[in-house]
Parts: sequence; structure tokens; C-alpha cells
Amino acid sequence: MSGSDDAVLELRAVQRTHGAGPAAVHALRGVSLVVRPGELVAVMGPSGSGKSTLLALAGGLDRPTDGEVLIEGQPLGALDRRGLAQLRRRRIGYIFQQLNLLGSLSAAENVALPLELDGAGGRRARALAMAALTEVGLPTLGDRFPDQLSGGQQQRVAIARALVGERRLVLADEPTGALDSQTGEAVLHLLRRRIDGGAAGVLVTHEARHAGWADRVVFLRDGVLVDTTAPLGSVEQLLSGSDR
Amino acid sequence: MSIRHGLLALLERGQMYGYQLRAAFEESTGSTWPLNIGQVYTTLSRLERDGLVRPLPESEAGQRPYEITDAGRADLALWFATPISRTDRPRDELAIKLALALTTPGVDVRSVVQAQRSATMRALQELTRLKYGSDRPEDLPWRLVLDSMVFQAEAEVRWLDHCETSLVRHRPGVPPPPPSRPGDAPDAARWADEEARR
Repeated sequence: MSGSDDAVLELRAVQRTHGAGPAAVHALRGVSLVVRPGELVAVMGPSGSGKSTLLALAGGLDRPTDGEVLIEGQPLGALDRRGLAQLRRRRIGYIFQQLNLLGSLSAAENVALPLELDGAGGRRARALAMAALTEVGLPTLGDRFPDQLSGGQQQRVAIARALVGERRLVLADEPTGALDSQTGEAVLHLLRRRIDGGAAGVLVTHEARHAGWADRVVFLRDGVLVDTTAPLGSVEQLLSGSDR
Repeated sequence: MSIRHGLLALLERGQMYGYQLRAAFEESTGSTWPLNIGQVYTTLSRLERDGLVRPLPESEAGQRPYEITDAGRADLALWFATPISRTDRPRDELAIKLALALTTPGVDVRSVVQAQRSATMRALQELTRLKYGSDRPEDLPWRLVLDSMVFQAEAEVRWLDHCETSLVRHRPGVPPPPPSRPGDAPDAARWADEEARR
């Protein structure tokens, strides 16, 4: 292991540059970030500040120009395509604004798909998928198809797919999309619960109310982390005001 | 708002003495608005003076309960029926501070914006955590108070984002125009001017 103690995700001086020479665009310029189990970090910043690039690098969907990304101590740069794909399927859950549910598969089949791609048997995959659907409050809708579900239900299926199995890292990019405020809150509640259960999460959002669910909020500007909120105390400390 | 109307609303439930009122007040606002017992008694004596509550005989334990009067009920009903006016609220120090930051030489406005955003964001995290920890049905009044504070903090962060975007777009290091030129000063600077004259 070469990671920083128990970090689930670690970015070390990560740079991402598109193009070269004077026309080069520096999407990220030396970003370092550690996310530990039980920790949800929100990333905020204006459009074009590098939020989505950071998430893509953290999830192994893109590779840094310089610096290193480690998941549970494993440097992603050392993995070949196949190894990286396997790590993504097993350890990382993605929640995007675009749900990318497959219309020809039922809710349960959508959720089970990453497990089956990873070689899990059909029965086991189905059982884990149903457990994940129960976790997001849809225990009876596993056999519905996406077009038979409301927007909020579809979003929950997408979350179940991200949480299914034993994913240790959950990456979310504006996960509440166009959901109304109550439904959006329920989504964050689910995410928070999984994190409290020992996963680690990164939430990219421009909504302060959503970032409020995080343990730490970091601010990106022009590809640089410019600020971070101080760690929070316990609820008891908050109530007594003793953290001030 | 007034602690006045808060106490009247509590007394509408039934007679109570000072310490009970304080506990009930804090319970219904989830301790987000702590009261000291002195405030409770001062408010009670003003309510009594105005005929909105009346003291009852002391109990054996030496506690004097109060009950709401018909005039008090009418006052309370009027309060519930009247929307809160924005002009009754205190002026927003943050807006004034930013407006002054824009027109004060040597102040890095973006740093002022970011420092505030980080602080407000942290307050929002705290509020969210308190809310997350209270999902019993009887916590509803408190959750609504917390929600109100959450939405206000959110609005402040959105406004700060908006300020930053405006700064990037309109003032890339250009010194601001003197606010004395009519029609040229931004609204916020005009408010600040107005405030300074008070």
C-alpha cells in the first residue's frame, strides 16, 4: 500500500491539461485531496472551475497529466485498462445528473448489471440489487421498467446502482438534477446514510443546500483548491455551541 | 418579531409560569433562539402592562403562572394574520460590507466574498447536520425553523456566487467609479451610502 493511511480516495498534486503550448487549457492545476471512510466531501466552484474534471479523475474515467490518483491505496496510473475497469465496477459508484438507465432492462436488472459484468451469478446479483433497491426505498418496484417510474424513482434506481454491492467510494455530480426539493433531499439522505455506514464520497454541486450535507466543503477556482470549510463537531457539540 | 408574540402563542396553550415559558419557547425553536429568564420576565411584565396577559395567584412552590387575556388573543391573531414585512428586519450588514469593500481602496473583494462563503457554508453544514439528527414527528417545528435558516444561508451563498460572477464580468481590477456620480453607482453602493448617512 502506498496511500495515505486509511484514505479511500487520494489525489496527489493532480494536474489535468487539455491541449499543449499556448492554447493549453489547465483544467486542474495541482489539486491534492484526501477522502477517508465515513467522510463526504462536497466540491463547489463556478462553471469551468474544474469540478467535473476532478470527479472524472477521481473515478478513473480520465487520467491526470501529472500527479497521482489512488483508490484505497492503489495508484490508478499503475493499472491497465482492464484492471482500471474492474476497479471502477467493484469499488466506485457513480451518480450523475443523467441517469443512464437502460430502458430495455427492469429496475433490478439495471442495478444488477455492474455486478453481472463483474462475473457475479444471476441469483446473487439479483439479491444484491433487491437489497440496494430496498435501501433506497423501492423494495417493490424491481420489475418495473424505467419508463414506468417517476423521475424521483428513476433517480433512486440510479442511486441503488451506484450503491449496490460493497462500493467504498461514491462519486456524485449534481445528483439531484431537476428533482423537487423534497425528493432531492431524500437522495442526499440516502447518500449520507451510506457514507455514515463507512463509505467515502465526493459530491460535486453548485447548490449550497446540497453541499450542506458534506463533512467538508472545498472550493475550486480556476483549477485550484482555494479554500475549505473547517471540520464539523458532533451534534452534541453543535447543540451546546461548544465548538465555537 | 417579538418574544412577545412567542410568549402569547405559548400561553394560548394554557397558563404557564416563567421557567415553563422559557423551556417551551426553546423547545419550539429547537434552541436556535435561546432566551434568558430575565427576558421572559421583562416581556411578561410588559404584556401585563398592556393588558395582554394577567398574573394568577402564586402556587405553593412560589411560582406565579400567567394566562392570556382576550386582548392578548386578539393581538396574537393579528400577528398570525399579518405577513412579516421585509423592511421591519434589520439591514443586511453583509450587503453593506461588500458594497463598501468594492469602493474601499486596497480591499480584495474576492477574498471578502470567499471568506464569507466559507463561513456561511459551514453554518449550512451545521444546520444540515442538526436537521439530519432530528427526524421524529415531534421535531417538526424545530425542523421547520432549521429549514428556514438553511434556506437563508443558501440564499446568501447564491448571492455571494452572483457577486463573484459580477466581479469577474464587470470589474477585472478596474477601480470603481466614485459613488457620488448619480446613476453611476451600483445599487449596493447606494444602499451603503444611505446607511452611512444614518
